[in-house]
Amino acid sequence: MPEDNRKPNDNGDSDRIKPTKAQLNARRNRSIAIAVALAIFVILLYLASIMKLGPAVFDRAM
Amino acid sequence: MALVEREHIDERAGRLSEATAGDFIGLLKPRVMSLVVFTAFVGMVLAPATPNPLLAVISMIAIAVGAGAAGALNMWYDADIDAVMSRTAKRPVPLGRIEPGEALGFGLFLSVFSVVILGLLANWMAAGLLAFTIFFYAVVYTMWLKRSTPQNIVIGGAAGALPPMIGWAAVTGTVTLESFVLFLIIFLWTPPHFWALALFKTDEYGRAGVPMMPNVAGKAHTRRQIFAYAVLVAVCGVLPTVLGFAGLAYGIVAAALGGGFVWYSWRVLRDGGADKNAQPEKALFGFSLVYLFAIFAALLCDGLIARFGG
Repeated sequence: MPEDNRKPNDNGDSDRIKPTKAQLNARRNRSIAIAVALAIFVILLYLASIMKLGPAVFDRAM
Repeated sequence: MALVEREHIDERAGRLSEATAGDFIGLLKPRVMSLVVFTAFVGMVLAPATPNPLLAVISMIAIAVGAGAAGALNMWYDADIDAVMSRTAKRPVPLGRIEPGEALGFGLFLSVFSVVILGLLANWMAAGLLAFTIFFYAVVYTMWLKRSTPQNIVIGGAAGALPPMIGWAAVTGTVTLESFVLFLIIFLWTPPHFWALALFKTDEYGRAGVPMMPNVAGKAHTRRQIFAYAVLVAVCGVLPTVLGFAGLAYGIVAAALGGGFVWYSWRVLRDGGADKNAQPEKALFGFSLVYLFAIFAALLCDGLIARFGG
């Protein structure tokens, strides 16, 4: 279970969350995975649209 | 860095996730997903139509993601019993790496996403079957049957048996007798596979409160049921040849594999629990995995030869 990271400010209030190194690494890992998944999704959907609709997809009246 | 109003901070909000992408992939049950992908692919290859290769690949991905989404919903709901069973205790939710709510959201999002993509790029028959599979696994099996009846994996096994039918439907847009036979092979294979496991994990299922057949009806009754289902699987395994959508070579392989399944089940029945290490049960469990992979691999080879070999 991740630790509680609330750090007290100058007033002693715990109003900020300071991520640990492990949490920052995990967040970076998740961000990269989301970026890769989105990129693959966009490429596949673009190619699939061309395959599904054919070249006529570009021949639409504006 | 997040600046949070103090009054909105509670215990959970004070913790930032350490979950990695690997934890979220773990929610999708990758090993189950690989079997789903494989059997769905066989369904596609055997279907009497040739799909666009790219659309076929995307359909496979959608089916895999849909199956994974069902797994994530299962892990969300079953986190309590997963935590007390050694086989499942290291899953991301019981380990605390992923919050149950995150697993629920992830599963719901991927469920809708996979069904819509399959519907738009393949057809809505396949998408409907995928949606039904997810619903059946997450709601009918996980939320209802699993904790209420020893027939849980008999009926719930339908969810795991549907992927080849979805693969077939993704190519043809139809459900036919042939695709139903593929469904039937996995459907009948599921009870002996899981009951073999339950026979040597009886205590764990009992501790988790899951009414598996050995806990409820007894081990002797379970052994007889396993043998009966093994005979049915062996007969069903050769149906593709009998019905003419697989060749004689496949039929011979399927008969041999079915004979092996019946033999291992017979050993379990004959042993009657005398072996304290449960070797016959463990051997049957191992062989059941080989059986399913081998019989679908044989169907795949047969289908590829029929399609490209002559």
